[in-house]
Amino acid sequence: MANYTLQINGRSLQADVEADTPLLWVLRDHLGLVGTKFGCGIAQCGACTVHVNGNPIRSCSFPVSAVGASKITTIEGLSEHGDHPVQLAWDEVDVAQCGYCQAGQIMTAAALLAKTPKPTGEQIDTAMNGNICRCGTYHRIHEAVALASTKMK
Amino acid sequence: MTLLKTNRRDFLKMAATASGGLLLGFHWAAAEATASELEVVRASALAAGEIPFNSYLSISPDDVITIFSPNPELGQNIKTSFPMIVAEELDADWSKVHVMQAALDTKKYERQVTGGSGAIPHSWERLRKAGATARHMLMEAAAKKWNVPVASLTAEKSVVFHKESGRKATYGELATDASAIAVPTDVKLKDKKDFKLIGTAVRNVDNKEMITGKPLYGLDFYREGMLFAMLQRPPAFGTKIKTIDVSAAKTMPGIVDVVTFKNNIAIVGKSTWQVNKARKAVKVEYEAEGKLESTADHDQLFKTLLDSKDATVVSVKRKDGDVDTAFKSAAKVISREYQCPFLSHSPMEPMNFFAHVRPDGVELVGPSQTPDMARNETAKLLSIPPEQITLELTRLGGGFGRRLKADYVLEAAELSSIIKAPVKVIWTREDDMTGGSYRPAVRYRFEAALDAQGNLVAYKLRGVGINAGNCTREDNFPSGAVDHLLIESVEHKSPITTGAWRAPITNFLAFAEQAFIDEVAMAAGKDPVVFRLALLDKAKTSPVGAIKYDIDRMKAVINLAVEKSQWGKKKGVSQGFSVYFSHRSYVAQVAEIEMKKGKPVLQKIHAAADCGVVVNLSGANQQVRGGVVDGLGHALYGSLTFKDGAAEQKNFNAYRLIRMKEVPPIDVHFVNNGIDPTGLGEPALPPTGGAVANALFKALGKRLYNQPFSKQEELKGVALGERM
Repeated sequence: MANYTLQINGRSLQADVEADTPLLWVLRDHLGLVGTKFGCGIAQCGACTVHVNGNPIRSCSFPVSAVGASKITTIEGLSEHGDHPVQLAWDEVDVAQCGYCQAGQIMTAAALLAKTPKPTGEQIDTAMNGNICRCGTYHRIHEAVALASTKMK
Repeated sequence: MTLLKTNRRDFLKMAATASGGLLLGFHWAAAEATASELEVVRASALAAGEIPFNSYLSISPDDVITIFSPNPELGQNIKTSFPMIVAEELDADWSKVHVMQAALDTKKYERQVTGGSGAIPHSWERLRKAGATARHMLMEAAAKKWNVPVASLTAEKSVVFHKESGRKATYGELATDASAIAVPTDVKLKDKKDFKLIGTAVRNVDNKEMITGKPLYGLDFYREGMLFAMLQRPPAFGTKIKTIDVSAAKTMPGIVDVVTFKNNIAIVGKSTWQVNKARKAVKVEYEAEGKLESTADHDQLFKTLLDSKDATVVSVKRKDGDVDTAFKSAAKVISREYQCPFLSHSPMEPMNFFAHVRPDGVELVGPSQTPDMARNETAKLLSIPPEQITLELTRLGGGFGRRLKADYVLEAAELSSIIKAPVKVIWTREDDMTGGSYRPAVRYRFEAALDAQGNLVAYKLRGVGINAGNCTREDNFPSGAVDHLLIESVEHKSPITTGAWRAPITNFLAFAEQAFIDEVAMAAGKDPVVFRLALLDKAKTSPVGAIKYDIDRMKAVINLAVEKSQWGKKKGVSQGFSVYFSHRSYVAQVAEIEMKKGKPVLQKIHAAADCGVVVNLSGANQQVRGGVVDGLGHALYGSLTFKDGAAEQKNFNAYRLIRMKEVPPIDVHFVNNGIDPTGLGEPALPPTGGAVANALFKALGKRLYNQPFSKQEELKGVALGERM
C-alpha cells in the first residue's frame, strides 16, 4: 500500500492503495467518483474513459502508480454544472437508453472535440468506434457529437 | 411548516441529483450528506408536504407532482413513459413532474417486471386511471370550493379553471382538499385524440443524472460498512469443486474472509480490486460431474435430432391437414436448414447485487428485471417470509433478459447470511460471459411444398434447441395460411444454462423463417412481398386452424415498409424484406445493400412498426433503432462457443459486439391506428437478420443460413457491416 496524491477535477485527492490498482477502482471505491464505469476491465469497451492531461484513456487498464502529477478529469469534473457542450447535446438529442456507457462516450467525445472542434462524420465514427453501446444508441451519439461541435466555443 | 417546506425543496433538489430519488445510491465520500440524513429529510418531507393520491402519485402544496414508476428501468424508457401516461390523464404540468423509482411493493403494484415487452400493455389502463382519478378529485375539490358544477371546470397544466368566473387554482392549492374526497371508482378516460403529452417526444427523466455521472446503478450503490465480494464459480458447465486451498488468498491485503458455498468460493474484502487480486490466488481443482459438452457435440446432436423419428423426443406443436400426402404430390419441394450459436446477454453493467441479511430482516438493493421473483427466491433460500425482505431497485445498466434470473441476487443474500455483514457481490465481464444463462443454440429445418402455380400448399418446421424449451412459435405466420402444416420441437437438455434473451426464440427463428419464405417466394417465381401478402389474404379468407396474429396489422406494417422504402423501385439497390409478429406487436423491415468497389455495403434499414399508440416518440424511435442495431449486430458477429463445457469467448476482445462504424442509417415509421399500446421493447429486433440476409442474396446471389454471418464462407473477405 502507498499513499498517492492525485490531481482530479481540479482538486488534490489522496488514496492509500496498492500500486497496481487501476485508476478506475481508485476513483470508484476510494474516492467515491462512481460516474466512471466498469464495463470489461481490458480496455475494450470504453465505459471507463477519463481524461489524462486531456487525452482519453481507459482507466480500467491504467494503474494508479502511472498517474503521477497528470491532471485527471472524470465525468463529474467535465463541467461544473453539467453544461459542457457535449453534455448539453446529449440531453438535447436524448441519447441514452440504459445510460451505463454514456459517461465514457461523453468523455471520448469531449476529448475529440477539444482537439478537433469541427470533426467530419468519418472523424466522429473513428473517434467513437472504441466505445461500445449495448443498447445501440450509436445514431444519437453520432448526432450529439455533431451537435456539440456547433456549440463549442 | 416553512421549515419543512424548505426541507422538502432541499430534498427535491438533492433527489434530482441523486437519481430520481434513489437516495440510497449516495456515496459517502462524494455526496455532501450521508444517505441516512437524506432518508430522514425524505421521510419528513413526505410526511409534511406530499399529499398522496394513489400508488402512483402525490402532489405537494407547491405544485410539484411526484410520480412513482414501479417497473425496472433498463433502457426501455419506462421511467419516462409510465409517468407520461399518468401525467396525460392528470393534465399535469410535465415541467413540474418529479419521477421516482418505486421499490418493490406488491401491495401497491402489479407486475413489477421488465420482460416480454409487457409493461405498458399491462399497465396502460391502470396508469391512465391513476391520473384521471386524481384529476377528478382535484376538479371536485375546486367545484366545492367555488360552489360550481364540476362540468363547468377545465384543467390544463396542473391548473383548474372556471372560465365563467375567471377563477383558477393550482393542483398544489387544491391537493389537501382533493385528497379528502372519496376516490371515484369509475372515471372517464380521455379520448385518445385529445392526448397532449402522449405521442410527443419527451426527454429521459434521468438525462441530467446520466450525463453528469451521478450514482444511479447497482454497481454505484454504496453503504457505510459494506464489503465487496467476487465469486470463483466453476469454469465449465458440468464441473464441481474437488479441492480448495484459499490460504494464500486469505492473507492478501484487504481480504476479510474467503468462504465456500454451493460450488462457489467467495472472496470478501474491502475493495473491488483487492478481492479481484486475491481471487487469482485461490487454488482450486475441479472435477466433472456430468458430460462436458462442446460446440462440436451440439453440431452432431443437431443432425441426429433433426432426423429423429422417436416420438418420445419429438414434440408436435401444431398439425394442420396432411403434410405427408401434400409433399408427395408437390410440384416443387424446398428444404433448408438454419443454425445459430449461443449468445451472451452482455449488458454493459455486469451483474451485481447488494444484500444485508440481519436477524430482523433482509435488505436487497440492485438491478433486477424481476424483483418480486428475486425476493421470493431469497425468502425460500433463507427460509424466511418474503415480507421480511425489502428490495430497492437501482437503474439497470442494460438487461436483455439476463437480469430476469435471480442467481446473482441469491449469491449476495447467501453470502451475507454466512458472513453476517452487508456485502455487494460483483461479477467481472469474464464472470458474466462464462457464467451462463445464454441465448440457446438452435438448428431449424424448414420444408415447403409448392404446387404447379407456385402456391405454398404444405409447410414443415422442426427445431432442435439446446435447453431452448419450445424453440418454435407454432402459431406464428405462416401458420393459418397453409393447408398442410407440421411444426415440431426437440429439446436437448444440457448443463450449459440458458435463459430468455431479448425476443426469446424469435430473435433467431424470425431470421430463419423470413429468409426461408424469401427463398420459397423466389422458387415460386414471385415477389417476396407479394408472396407474403397472398398468404395473408388466404389466412383471412380461408383460415386453417387457429390464427393468433392479427392479419390486418401485419399487412399494414408490410404496406408501410413497402411505401417508405419504395420497395422494388430503386435502381442499383438490392432490397431485402422481412416482417415479424412478436409479443404483441408487428414490425416490417427493408434492408438496402449497394455494391461499392465490388463489395456489398449495407446502406440503410427501413423499419415500420405497429405497437399501437406510441407513448414517447423519442423513446419509441430509439427503441426501434436500438432493436435493429441489436438484431444486426448479433446476426453479424454474435457467437459464443464451448469446449469441454467452458465458454471459449471470455470478454469483448473475443466476443464481438457491433460498433458505431458498422451501423447503417435506420429510418423508423409507426403505424398510427390508435389501438392501446402493445409493447416495443423487443419486436423490432427479430426481423432484422432476415431483411439483411435477403438483401444480400439480391446483391451477391448467395444465401446465408447460419449466424453469425461474418463467420460464414459466403461472406469470406466481406466486411458487410462497414459502411463508407
